[in-house]
Amino acid sequence: MKRAGFATRWLPILLLLPQLAIIAVFFYWPAAHAVKSSFYLEDPFGFGSSFVGFDNYIHLTGSSEYGRIAKFTVLFTVLVTFFSLALALLLAVKADNVIRGAKTYRTLLMWVYAVAPPVAGFIGLLMFNQSWGPLTELAKSIGWDFKLGVNFNDTAFAMVLVSVWKQVPVNFIFFLSGLQSIPKSVREAALIDAKSSFRRFWDVTFPLLAPTGFFLLIINITYALFDTFGVVDTLVKGEPGNNPMTLVYKVYVDGFRGNDMGGSSAQSVILMVLVLALTVFQFRLVERRIHYT
Amino acid sequence: MTETTHIPVAKRPVKWGRVMDHSILILGSLFMLVPLLMVLQTTTTTDLETIKNGPEFVIGDRFDDNFMAAMFKASGFSGENTGLRMLINSLILGIGFAIGKIVIGMMAAYALVYFRLRFATLAFWLIFTTLLLPLEVRILPSYEIAQQLGLLNTYTGLIVPLIASATATFFFRQFFRSVPEELVEAARIDGAGPVKFFIDILMPLSQTMIAAMFIIMFVYGWNQYLWPTMVTTEEGMYTLVRGIKQLTQDLEGTNIPEYGRANMLALIAILPPVLVVIIFQSWFVKGLTESDK
Repeated sequence: MKRAGFATRWLPILLLLPQLAIIAVFFYWPAAHAVKSSFYLEDPFGFGSSFVGFDNYIHLTGSSEYGRIAKFTVLFTVLVTFFSLALALLLAVKADNVIRGAKTYRTLLMWVYAVAPPVAGFIGLLMFNQSWGPLTELAKSIGWDFKLGVNFNDTAFAMVLVSVWKQVPVNFIFFLSGLQSIPKSVREAALIDAKSSFRRFWDVTFPLLAPTGFFLLIINITYALFDTFGVVDTLVKGEPGNNPMTLVYKVYVDGFRGNDMGGSSAQSVILMVLVLALTVFQFRLVERRIHYT
Repeated sequence: MTETTHIPVAKRPVKWGRVMDHSILILGSLFMLVPLLMVLQTTTTTDLETIKNGPEFVIGDRFDDNFMAAMFKASGFSGENTGLRMLINSLILGIGFAIGKIVIGMMAAYALVYFRLRFATLAFWLIFTTLLLPLEVRILPSYEIAQQLGLLNTYTGLIVPLIASATATFFFRQFFRSVPEELVEAARIDGAGPVKFFIDILMPLSQTMIAAMFIIMFVYGWNQYLWPTMVTTEEGMYTLVRGIKQLTQDLEGTNIPEYGRANMLALIAILPPVLVVIIFQSWFVKGLTESDK
């Protein structure tokens, strides 16, 4: 709050009211509802529900299917996060280096930011089309019989590739703006001290980019966990079957398709705890950065 | 470009580092661009051509036909989900979401930063906790509540629940806090009340921030998938991104999939947000990199 604030009583309440009303109805109510129904077993035909305590959670921890999906989600998250960060960093460092065409490269590398994840998934379906997809052809030419939606590993590969394609631009934008905020004097000093550009990158640029990178790490993990829903849904064509899926997709499949409200809610709550931990971690970092800048 | 200079080419040493930089950037740009070019190519040919040969390096003459089919032909049972209808719905969602988010966020942020409020800390935490949990983890209870309130298949139900998070509020709070304190003091000495100060001083100062936020929120709203998928079941309410699901199913189910029409729809779903991001690039990048700090 500003020290020299206004003292009017009713106006701030009026100003806060719409925001508070919306989050009460569409945030706190559903979140509380999810926690509550995770302790109930709902009749699939809608004939009431009964309190079952932690049964839904116990059932989940004992389920081998849930364990398998959790493992896949972790692997998927690691791969997507690593490759989209690494690729974006490489491209940002190069885009920061060049003078000629810098603006064009910037545009070409960031426009995909605005493509919706399911649309990216749709394009992935075309690229990997069984009979004519350019990437299927490419795989065939190196002796890889690519079968999207049939072979588990092939589908997982496509999911990672599409998710990385969709995420590189965000990371690129942040890395580039991080690079451009490095003071000229620091760069010049580094230029004098270290001859090889590789050394300069590791000893000077990389540590200065670390805060950006760390912030992006959290953003990317959240992206891989939640925002890839559209990619997964289109690539499996709405038919999970034996295809790989992420934990968020499972919440949707169990709750919306399988009508297992209790189990789905318990999964939601597990994810909530996971995101809370991640974001609290990030918040502490953000607060620190605000203090120092 | 070397032709214009009078230095003989041979005298200039080839900078292999620069060549390397450009090669990597060109490869990166192609990685982002090729999928879009493929979609673009298939919108200019007949479906049979695509099925037989896949994407080729020729531009066909069917762009107009495919465009008309995409815009005015409906694929569902009701005949209501033409491309035009979905385009209008997408625009309503994108613009409505962006405006709602900005208006509500600015109001709340103004109340939090410029007023002495007794319960300010409580309101702050209530609002900013919403940043912790994405809609995906509370999707089913949110759906149930929307259903109870009779919001299914309405624009209100489509837009308002998505506004229930504090990203814009957080963004404007950060910005308002960076506005010099002296401005409020000066305004108060001149006898300006809180409403006058907001409209005559703070609003003009925030113009760039509002523009940046509008772009980010428009793209975010336009690209929503999961919530529109759940809350709209009537085909007349589909957005372009939500319609993608139906497109993939249509392509699966028929003998001669309408690639021309489907890919054109995907293109229409991609272009508006991409153009907004490219045209207002500098605002967008500023908004994005500053909001998350």
